[in-house]
Amino acid sequence: MATTSQPDVKGATKQDHETIILVRDVHKYYELGEIRVHALRGVSIEIKRGDFVTIMGASGSGKSTFMNILGCLDQPSAGRYLLENIEVSGLSKRQLAAIRNHKIGFVFQGFNLLSRTTALENVELPTLYARISKAEGEKRSREALALVGLGDRVAHFPSQLSGGQQQRVAIARALVNQPSILLADEPTGNLDSRTAVEIMDIFQKLNDDGLTIVLVTHEPDIAQFAKRSIQFRDGRIRRDERILNRPRASEVIQNLPKLED
Amino acid sequence: MDLLAIIRIAMRALGRNKMRSILTMLGIMIGVGAVIAMLGVGQGARQTVQEQIQAMGSNLLFVGAGTVTRSGMHMGWGSTKSLIYDDMLAIMRECPTAHAAAPGSSSSGQVVFGNDNWATRVNGTEPQYFDIRVWPFQEGSAFTQNDVEMAANVAVIGETVRKNLFGATNSIGQTIRINNLPFRVVGVLVPKGTSAAMGDDQDDIILVPITTLQKKITGQNWLRWIMVSAVSRQASYAAQQQIAALLRDRHRIRPAEDDDFFVRNLADMADVADEAGRVMTLLLASIAGVSLIVGGIGIMNIMLVSVTERTREIGVRMAVGATERDVQQQFLTEAVVLSLLGGGIGILFGLSASYLITKTLGWPVLVSPVVIVIAVLFSMAVGVFFGFYPASRAAQLDPIEALRYE
Ligand SMILES: Nc1ncnc2c1ncn2[C@@H]1O[C@H](COP(=O)(O)OP(=O)(O)O)[C@@H](O)[C@H]1O
Ligand SMILES: [Mg+2]
Repeated sequence: MATTSQPDVKGATKQDHETIILVRDVHKYYELGEIRVHALRGVSIEIKRGDFVTIMGASGSGKSTFMNILGCLDQPSAGRYLLENIEVSGLSKRQLAAIRNHKIGFVFQGFNLLSRTTALENVELPTLYARISKAEGEKRSREALALVGLGDRVAHFPSQLSGGQQQRVAIARALVNQPSILLADEPTGNLDSRTAVEIMDIFQKLNDDGLTIVLVTHEPDIAQFAKRSIQFRDGRIRRDERILNRPRASEVIQNLPKLED
Repeated sequence: MDLLAIIRIAMRALGRNKMRSILTMLGIMIGVGAVIAMLGVGQGARQTVQEQIQAMGSNLLFVGAGTVTRSGMHMGWGSTKSLIYDDMLAIMRECPTAHAAAPGSSSSGQVVFGNDNWATRVNGTEPQYFDIRVWPFQEGSAFTQNDVEMAANVAVIGETVRKNLFGATNSIGQTIRINNLPFRVVGVLVPKGTSAAMGDDQDDIILVPITTLQKKITGQNWLRWIMVSAVSRQASYAAQQQIAALLRDRHRIRPAEDDDFFVRNLADMADVADEAGRVMTLLLASIAGVSLIVGGIGIMNIMLVSVTERTREIGVRMAVGATERDVQQQFLTEAVVLSLLGGGIGILFGLSASYLITKTLGWPVLVSPVVIVIAVLFSMAVGVFFGFYPASRAAQLDPIEALRYE
């Protein structure tokens, strides 16, 4: 992977201990008629720049709800969320859209690529809403695609790409505006185990270059590639620990059987 | 995002569903096309009518002999004998708004020249008639006042009569026979064509001195009509009043009795024709309105379907930084592109149709640029109006729910 074309390093070494995400006692409830679903019951967390965090937990434990709040797609019902020292909970929809555009890259389990739209155009999507020229947007998009190893697939449509390739396009799209943080909600959930490790390899390399990553997974094999593991249960953090001796995904791939396709 | 990029995205989105987009545009296309075509034809017809009325002289007043009932119906035009030459002299003497007047009497006549034979109308009048009607000569000239005094056998012929009797040969100075009496042709009038208001051939006519007609052909000394020109177009309304009052007085008609004459004002007729044109235009405008609304509802319907179908796309766009406004603009632009394209194609259809129709009828094609500009603006307005609600629906979507939408 070419480090020259790599998006957003933001002084990775210099500011290694700068807090990028600060969450204080965040609650989220959904009102369903009479019933109130309490999805988050007081979550506090601090994430430093350059960290690589996985969030694990049973289905329904509030992982996605939390990620949506981190990704500024949703607002907490109570509590504070500071992204790079900006108080997010007080922002307008318009300002939230700008933050999603500039500071956050989001990768989804279901890829969420636009069909009948080429890989390049999918990656260009965030640049359309940023204040950069069309030419600059295209240049960055090609670089982002090259970064995830799809420099030769720019004109392909999602239907012409494998699941792993589609997810890489989605990662390139998340990276194209050089965000401060990459959020991924079960990005390997729809992929076979080898492809999943390949995706983790990309994440590890991006993280090596200084990108802060928060990733949700329910597979311990996947979680082990991160630096820090957070366990959710019933809307609360149950465990938060550093991962020691994490394996390199690139090495793990060598030992996995090669797939037919 | 700049407008060009938005339009490009809109065009691509519409291009993905070509058939659907075309069907959606059809409503606007037909509406705009029909209106442009009908307006084009209508304007052409109106212009033709106005030109012909103008050519007759818009200061012109027509006094006809005949009974007019209280409700304004003419009973048996020319059946009364009360309109006489002295009435004309009185009009000239006592109506200050009357500029000139010419008497008229009429008969049908069988005209012969050599072996050629033609049945036509023969009118008797005085030379000022040609000035009042603004009717110039292509050859020769009018008979003179002297001819009138002498009851001379001289005739002025219309183009239709000339064509049928003389063809290519010269007509001036030739002797024709009207009801077996010899007449010398002194002038040929320029063709006026078919009257758009009455639908009769104005060139199928022979004019002779009034005295000649009365003494030698009809043997009647009353008039069928008097042509009066008012001093101005505005004055023609006053002249109409004055003449009516004068003639009622001269004919000793008591207040409760109906007139035995009628006064028609050509300025009035021009206004009536103009009014008819306006009503027609209004009618077309309402048809346009209805078809544009129907077309607009079609656009709204398809845009709502499109927003639902593309809920996930909207979610993705919002997740990567599209604001509500961006989404709103995108769908609004799609609606406007739909309606503008429909309107544009409609204009082309309408122009070709009106060209074909007017070409067939021999009228001038008259589609003013203003109409086209209005059509464009209207189609755009339809897109904005009917695209607004679907676009707002799209913009108001919650990104998380939109992303989760199956
Ligand atoms: N839009 C919503 N409306 C109502 N309840 C919701 C909504 N989204 C999530 N929840 C509830 O919140 C809880 C946490 O959900 P989620 O964050 O999706 O869990 P996870 O991603 O860990 O599986 C669940 O009980 C879920 O049913
Ligand atoms: Mg989830």
